[in-house]
Formats: sequence, structure tokens, C-alpha cells
Amino acid sequence: MEHSPPPFFRTGPTPLARLLIFSALSLAFLIADARFHYLVDLRQVAQVIVYPFQRIAAAPIGIAQRIGEFFVTHSSLREDNARLAQENFANAAALSQMKALQAENAQLRQLLDARERLGLAASTAEVLYSARDPFSRKVVVDRGSQHGVEAGQAVVDDRGVIGQVTRAYPWLAEVTLVTDKGHFVPVQNLRNGLRAVLAGTGNDGALELRFIPLNADFQNGDQLVTSGIDGVYPQGVPVAQVSHVERNAAQLFARITCTPLAGVANYNHVLIVQGKRELPRPPVEEPKTPRQRKARKG
Amino acid sequence: MVDTRIAPHEILLPVRAGFIALTLIAAFLANLLPWSGAGLWIKPDFVALIVLYWCIEQPRRVGFGAAWLLGLFMDVADGTLFGQHALAYSILAYAGLVLHRRVLGFTGTAQVVHVVVLLLMNDLIVLVIRMLAGADFPGFQYFVGSFVAGALWLPLGALLKLPQQPKSDPYHA
Repeated sequence: MEHSPPPFFRTGPTPLARLLIFSALSLAFLIADARFHYLVDLRQVAQVIVYPFQRIAAAPIGIAQRIGEFFVTHSSLREDNARLAQENFANAAALSQMKALQAENAQLRQLLDARERLGLAASTAEVLYSARDPFSRKVVVDRGSQHGVEAGQAVVDDRGVIGQVTRAYPWLAEVTLVTDKGHFVPVQNLRNGLRAVLAGTGNDGALELRFIPLNADFQNGDQLVTSGIDGVYPQGVPVAQVSHVERNAAQLFARITCTPLAGVANYNHVLIVQGKRELPRPPVEEPKTPRQRKARKG
Repeated sequence: MVDTRIAPHEILLPVRAGFIALTLIAAFLANLLPWSGAGLWIKPDFVALIVLYWCIEQPRRVGFGAAWLLGLFMDVADGTLFGQHALAYSILAYAGLVLHRRVLGFTGTAQVVHVVVLLLMNDLIVLVIRMLAGADFPGFQYFVGSFVAGALWLPLGALLKLPQQPKSDPYHA
């Protein structure tokens, strides 16, 4: 006892002891999260604490956008207007055609006694920021489980698939982009209906088709749409365009590089597709879709 | 002969706890700003920088608790593996606490060199964890932020010491 310091000098455990305690705790968290996917609740709680900071930090970009919108010039507005009118005109024709096709489709489905495809409910969300993690491609959007967003839902924009909700917090959701390494989308070639799996590469603006035989019919400029067989992505949404095909006889598979069609790297609004689809669907549905899509496009 | 590499010891007012908390929150917010593209590479890890600063300047006030908690919050905000920043910041805090007398003994460039090495170590820990978890090496630009943080070290030190400057004439202020 006579060797212990007076209370004035007592500072608790030594730095090394504290380092060991905190490191062990961190490592336990890391392993629990990476291997066993525990700690979901803890993450939710921490997210609620972090949420106000995230909103505050994301505010400047919103303010800057609003200021930018205020100073839009008259000529650019007129240009936009003319372009939109033209687009609207073109779309109206396609839309009327699609309505006819939809009616026909519904009738055929009833005739075939097939289950009707569920109408896809979608909610609009705003991209708050892209995650500042150089190892992954993710964005955070301002809709969460309070708005009915769940992990696994597909996220699209006006041009195509953006990605998939991977974590839903109460007021925010994390969307893993299609370009993320380890993200896969089942796709179909619009030209000939060939099915394939499109994988992200971790680079913005590059996707690749995996495990495609050398003689498979993929060409530059082919449009890839979701095949819908995963039950996550709705059927027939554009995903990417083939940009480079490399066939090397020394390799087992062809190297097919694609560019995403959606504004994957942009800050804007996205649609979260909330329609739940039940998976084991009757196999009769499958072969019809590519032909319909073709007709719709042409 | 006076050795100019040794820092002259100034007499400063004590730091307020509220000020420390404010700088840590500001650093957290700075990290949460929507950085993208080249800005993401250049951006220093503000939380690591400020945690290291306070661990070196005020080792009795700021330490493992703050570093670890901020690390967890960073992991949640970034959606990364839970605990990777917590581990890196804890080790950074340890290095700061152990080396604080040594670092404060130097001035100018010598101090910056110490800081850059410590922040690079912080980056390296996160990198190793991510590569163990299956990520690819993101390229050497990943380390640029730490050098930017080193460049910010001296201006930041001057800025954060401003509230501690004694009043020139305390009796007739």
C-alpha cells in the first residue's frame, strides 16, 4: 500500500491498457459486423444520433443548388422548354403505344391465367451525398424505413437502374450503386434476349458481364435491361450498354465491358421501387418479355 | 546558444471543455460534407486531425473515449464496417498520448513530419482492415489526404490556440 501514489496522481489505467481495451472492443465490433452481421440494432441507434449531423452537412449542397436554380438564364429555360416539349411529343406516341400493349398484355395474361404482375409502387428520394468511402460505391438518400423503404429494394432514375437499398435507417437509406465491386444485376440483352449477370467493378462508369462464353452474341452498343429473375429489380429496366467486347481464345470467357445508363455518379432524385414481388413465378411469363420490349422500342 | 528547434513555452489560458467539444463536432461535420471526385481524395480526415491535435495538446482531456466514439459515428455515417475507424482512431489517440511530449518539443516542419506519419498510420490501419474484408487497393491517391492534413497542421494549431491567448492587460481590459 505504501507504494501506491496519492489520489492526486491517479489517472486510471495506463495508455497501453486503455489502447488494448478499446482495440479489443473495436475488433470485436469489426468481426461481429463483418462475419456474423450482428449489431444491426446498435448501428440503427448510432445512426439516429448521427442523423442531424448528416442533414446539416448535406444542407450546403442543397442551398447551392437552390441558388443556382435562381440564376438560371432565360435562354436556358427556353431551350429546356423546347427540348421537353419535343421529348413530351415523342413520349406521348410511345406512351399511347404502350397503353395499348399493356391492355393487350393484361388480356393475354388473363387468358393464360397467369398471375398479374403487381403494379410497382415507387417513392421519390433525394440523394444526400455519396459515401466518403474510397472502397465502395454507395449513396445515401433521404428516405428510410419510416417511409417504407427496406433493404433489398431497387433504386432507379429516369434513365435506368442506379442500385439497390442495402441498409435502411429510420430516415435515411444506403444505396449500393451498380458500379460497386461485388454488386450484381441479372440482365438480359435487349437485342436477342440472352441472359447474363452484370457485375460492378468498383470504378465509376464501368461494369462487366461475367462468365459469358466466347461465342455468345454480345456486340458493342447492345442495350442490357434487367431480366427480373432475381425478384429484386423490376423487369425490363435499362441498366447498361455494352461498350467493349474482347474475345481472347486463350481465356475461358469473353471480357465484356459496359457503361451504366443511369446517372450513377450524379446527385439528383431517384425512385425507390417498393413493389414486392413474389419469386416463384410461373415459367410461362419469362420468354414473352424481350419480344414485347422490342416492339415497344421500335 | 539558443536552439531554435525547441518550442518556446507560451503561457496560455486553460482550454474550455465546450471549445474542445465544438471543434470535434465541427471536424465531424467537415467529414460529412458531400465531398466527391477529386475533393474526396484531397480531403483530409478532419476527425483524425482534430483528435490527434487534442491528444497532443490536451492529453488529460481528450483521449480514447472521444476517439473511439467518433470512430464509431464515422463508420455509421459512411456505412462502412462497424469499428474500422474506431480501431484506427483509438490507435491514433494512443500514439498522440504517448508521443505528445516529443511532438510538442519540436516546432514547425519537424512537428508536421510527426503528424503526417501518424495520420498515414491511421490510413494504413483502415486500408488493412478493408483489404482483409475483401476490398481492392484504391490507389496511392488514398494517402494524399494525410499530407494535406499535415499542411493544415500549423495553421490549425495557431487557430485553435486563439481562444487561449491571455488578454494583454487583464486589469484594464
